[in-house]
Amino acid sequence: MKELIEPSLGLIFWTGISFLILLFLLRKFAWKPILDAVNTREQNITAALATAEKARAEIADLTKENEKLLAEARLEKDRILADAKKTKDSILSEAKTAADAEGKRIIETARLTIETEKQAALTEVKNMVATLSIDVAEKILRRQMENKGEHEAFVKKHLEDIKLN
Amino acid sequence: MTITGIAAIGAGLAVLGAGLGIGRIGGSAMEAIARQPEATGKIQTAMIIAAALIEGAALFAVVVSLLVA
Amino acid sequence: MLISAFLSVFSVTPASANEPVSTDSTTHVTTGEGHEEEKFSPVNMIMHHISDAHDWHFFDLKGADGELHPVSIPLPVILLTEGNLDVFMSGAFHHGHSDVVKGDRTYRMDHGKIVEASGKKFTDFSITKNVASMFISVILLISLFGAAGSSYKKHGLGAPKGVARILEPLVVYVRDEIAVPNIGEKKYARYMPYLLTAFFFIWINNLLGLFPGGANFTGNIAVTLTLAVFTMIITNVSGTKTYWGHIFKPHVPLWLYPIMIPVEVVGVLSKPFALMIRLFANITAGHIIILSLVSLIFIFKNIALAPVSVGFVLFISCLELLVAALQAYVFTLLSALFIGLALEEPHHEHGAETAHH
Repeated sequence: MKELIEPSLGLIFWTGISFLILLFLLRKFAWKPILDAVNTREQNITAALATAEKARAEIADLTKENEKLLAEARLEKDRILADAKKTKDSILSEAKTAADAEGKRIIETARLTIETEKQAALTEVKNMVATLSIDVAEKILRRQMENKGEHEAFVKKHLEDIKLN
Repeated sequence: MTITGIAAIGAGLAVLGAGLGIGRIGGSAMEAIARQPEATGKIQTAMIIAAALIEGAALFAVVVSLLVA
Repeated sequence: MLISAFLSVFSVTPASANEPVSTDSTTHVTTGEGHEEEKFSPVNMIMHHISDAHDWHFFDLKGADGELHPVSIPLPVILLTEGNLDVFMSGAFHHGHSDVVKGDRTYRMDHGKIVEASGKKFTDFSITKNVASMFISVILLISLFGAAGSSYKKHGLGAPKGVARILEPLVVYVRDEIAVPNIGEKKYARYMPYLLTAFFFIWINNLLGLFPGGANFTGNIAVTLTLAVFTMIITNVSGTKTYWGHIFKPHVPLWLYPIMIPVEVVGVLSKPFALMIRLFANITAGHIIILSLVSLIFIFKNIALAPVSVGFVLFISCLELLVAALQAYVFTLLSALFIGLALEEPHHEHGAETAHH
């Protein structure tokens, strides 16, 4: 079995020549284009990934800024609303106070007027009572002089009149 | 016993040694992979290199056996 | 020189002239000389299948005369004898039945090997079965990867189309899993063409060898020797000052130099030597196992054994598909590792020096 490990010169020669030719041809027509393409593609992918990463960071920045702006706007809105509420409340309470005072004043005036009117009416009634009393007294006195009976009827009649009043 | 027979025994002994050696490498590599699965690739490469070197030593013996057989 | 360094290892074999007893009856299969039912010899059959040959033999047909006629493709024979280049087809031997005479040289086919009748020395540059198989693999590789390479021109840099879709991940795998981790990010690009070519050359030839009737190309020592020598040349040509410093000026006391330098030099040779032996032995062993399992049927002459045998062959064949890729990977990985070691930078040396002080 020794011939298994006896290299034959012819086979070495052909293998060597063929391998070198193969190496040369494949380097030119296969390995170079394939490896170039793979490397270029990998570079492109790396660049694209970097660009995408950058864009993503930018978008994240923008989002953050937007959120900040939104939050600020929300705060502003809340502040304005609170202000408006406060203003409304103060206006309301002022108006209420003013209305109360006015009401009290009107009521007071009305009371005073009523009082005055009442006094005037009372005075008039008193005057009228006085006048009537005098009139009645005068008529009674006159009748007394003429007729005693008539005089009594007359008083009676007048007394009824007064009752009616 | 002919020289061919002795050569065959020699080749067998060489294979025995190589088998033990490569078996140990394989076993240790398995344990290492079980312990550190994330290093599987590196362990496999190192395992194949070590196995190849042992195999080379055994094959020297086989070639010597072929020479005398 | 390098080849002789490798071969010197083989030449230490004892001069055992007694060839394996079995080779005689190889003729039964190769030449069709066999007459009647000869005893089946699995060793001969296996040796015939895993050895190189001058024709591409498929099977034997039993003719009307009861003799076995081999069905095979003749291949060109190219012989260089004392400055004369003799070229003819192997069919001229008529499977060992006739001699071929060229000028004053008479060639004879003897047990699958060509010999010169008068014992003249010649060098055999024939297109053997292995060489033919390799040419097929080269054509396959160039057409596959050429198509893949040109598809990028057509389709631009988008997702790979067609054959490139299958081959690109493999190329990227060799780059990311073999070249870059072992050689380093900075210098790997120079060695990519060699590593890729070696990887796919070995892989596709391993696969071609698994076809029934395929040649045992990557299981031939001459082939693995050539590939290992390429790795060795590349490793040592790209060796840095640090690498050579480790070999010829190791960090040991001076009196150890006579031991250390030879050890380091042997290390330089033994690395590619191991590459050569590993690929050869793994692929040849795979072929031998499959053929042995098939042989079982004929050894026991029992058809009932066939399903068992075929089942085992199927299982081993699946394993061999894995081995075909694994051995291509291991060869490329170790080549990259050796190149990476030769490229090491001096930072390690500084650490060692400071440790000394």
